[in-house]
Amino acid sequence: MGSIELVCPAGSPAMLRAAVEAGADSVYCGLRDDTNARNFPGLNFSPAELSDSVKWAHDRGAKVLLAVNTFARAGASDRWRASIDAAAGTGADAVIVADLGVLAHARDAWPDLRLHLSVQAAAGSPEAIAFYARAYGVRRVVLPRVLSVEEIAALMREIEVETEAFVYGGLCVMAEGRCALSSYATGRSPNLDGVCSPPEAVTYTEEEGGMVSRLGGLALDRYASGEPAGYPTLCKGRFAVDGALSYLFEDPVSLNAMSVLAALRRAGVTAVKVEGRQRGKAYVARVAAAFRAAIDALDAGEDIARFEPLLADLAEGGRQTSGAYRKTWR
Amino acid sequence: MTEISLQLTVGPLLFNWAPERIRDFYGRIADQAPVDRVYIGEVVCGKRAPLLDHAFSDAAERLEAAGKQVVWSGLGLPALRRDRKAIAALSADQESLIEINDVSALLERSGPFVAGPLLNVYNEAAARELMSRGCVRLCANVELSLAAVSAIAAGCPGLEIELFAFGRLPLALSGRCYHARHHGLHKDNCQFVCDRDLDGLDIRTLDGRDFLAVNGVQTLSHGVQLADIPPSELLRAGVTALRLSPHTADMVAVARGFRAFADGRIDAVELAAQARAAGPPGPFVGGYLRGVAGLQPAGAQ
Repeated sequence: MGSIELVCPAGSPAMLRAAVEAGADSVYCGLRDDTNARNFPGLNFSPAELSDSVKWAHDRGAKVLLAVNTFARAGASDRWRASIDAAAGTGADAVIVADLGVLAHARDAWPDLRLHLSVQAAAGSPEAIAFYARAYGVRRVVLPRVLSVEEIAALMREIEVETEAFVYGGLCVMAEGRCALSSYATGRSPNLDGVCSPPEAVTYTEEEGGMVSRLGGLALDRYASGEPAGYPTLCKGRFAVDGALSYLFEDPVSLNAMSVLAALRRAGVTAVKVEGRQRGKAYVARVAAAFRAAIDALDAGEDIARFEPLLADLAEGGRQTSGAYRKTWR
Repeated sequence: MTEISLQLTVGPLLFNWAPERIRDFYGRIADQAPVDRVYIGEVVCGKRAPLLDHAFSDAAERLEAAGKQVVWSGLGLPALRRDRKAIAALSADQESLIEINDVSALLERSGPFVAGPLLNVYNEAAARELMSRGCVRLCANVELSLAAVSAIAAGCPGLEIELFAFGRLPLALSGRCYHARHHGLHKDNCQFVCDRDLDGLDIRTLDGRDFLAVNGVQTLSHGVQLADIPPSELLRAGVTALRLSPHTADMVAVARGFRAFADGRIDAVELAAQARAAGPPGPFVGGYLRGVAGLQPAGAQ
């Protein structure tokens, strides 16, 4: 059984270097526009920075994957094609793509460019994966975060491409790329703009009963005075059903699948991925180092339970889950 | 008067209705609704399908006998082996027009198909990819503005364009069942509790504002889409058909209202009045078509 590739996020050239120095085998990043799914102010790479970063990473034996993983805007597909061309021109090791039209451009214009299917394509069945492999030559699929480890193991027996599974960071509870909650409330969404629950739509107001966080004017959570207020990501809000308040979709937790790392490796997963291009170099250095150590320990045949608590304090909202990887989550 | 007339369709039933309700509903659509095409089949949760297949088959016969075109729709997020088999069986019928809601269905498809609103088609290049594989009609993803729909239509000559015109908007699909979660059940032993909420389970914000509706693994808007844009404008944008999504509201009355609106016999204000009288499960929204937040009110409100 081969080792697992560790894929880490880079929201800036400095973060890319921090990830590689901490043990990432590959880093993924995006250009500074709406062609990638972390289109936040102050984040991402210019074409020149990408070019320099690819050279820097290659000198150290690391790979760079460019995320061009939003859906091209109708009537403005040029920008998405340009991002693909930029990746190919700088020698990036692969592009991560979700859109059928962008996949077609990459296949036709750059037949040697390695294609990874973004999680935003939500390809969770052997048939969907086989379609993308056959039609576009996709070599690796980033798995939707709705599959259990058992389902991934079964899937691996039916497909012929590599897989990459998220193991740490923000957790979408909806099938990625199949969720319009954010645009329903704010007009902007991952598929339309590369952002979810956009910061400009967020407000915090001190009210009777505590601090209320809102998105697009909709009250999503309330915090007692002194309690730290979380970011109002739509699906992590508290909602009223039949008069009772609950975290209907998901508690404000983040993913930490360290506990199923060995099972993912046994299932034949090629790579594991860390979410969080928006979270900075200190974050990525710690997460990369912890997973590097755990993967190396697994390769040496050691138990990795001791690595599980290492990242507990980094979790958004301070709490962690292994998400859909354990069937009880559903 | 416009020379070309907008078609009306009834979209697939999104909710877990009892077989007798399904038969009654489609019987009434068959006999009384001025619609051209009816999409039929389970698109939300494959677990429901075995309970409803007979009712859908009976309904299809009844609709066809009444002269409606019946198009079977496929699942949006296949999860179980059974779901995958259902999609494969649907795709294998290369002679019949079908609606596809997940990429899985494309693998063995060579015959004609409608790209459903749950597929991610956001631009003309993606639509052209599907056309090269047999797509004859696109029901636009609900997030798209009319301007975006127009750009897709302009870039895809010959492609029919359907617009989600009435009903709670299908916003999200999940691997997790929120009906089961709300009732303290596990998805694998859900007891089909989604059958209790015929238009979905209403979700309010913590300060009591209506917002969403849960339908098993699907999340819908609480507001009801009403595409009350003048027919001439829709036709100019390349729209050829309007989709009415089934609810417990009087869908025959909704269809009659849209027919009159599409034919220029009533205006948007009257359309909204008639649709409101039919008993929709929420206020009318229409922001997406204008390129703003989907929950913004429909134009004529």
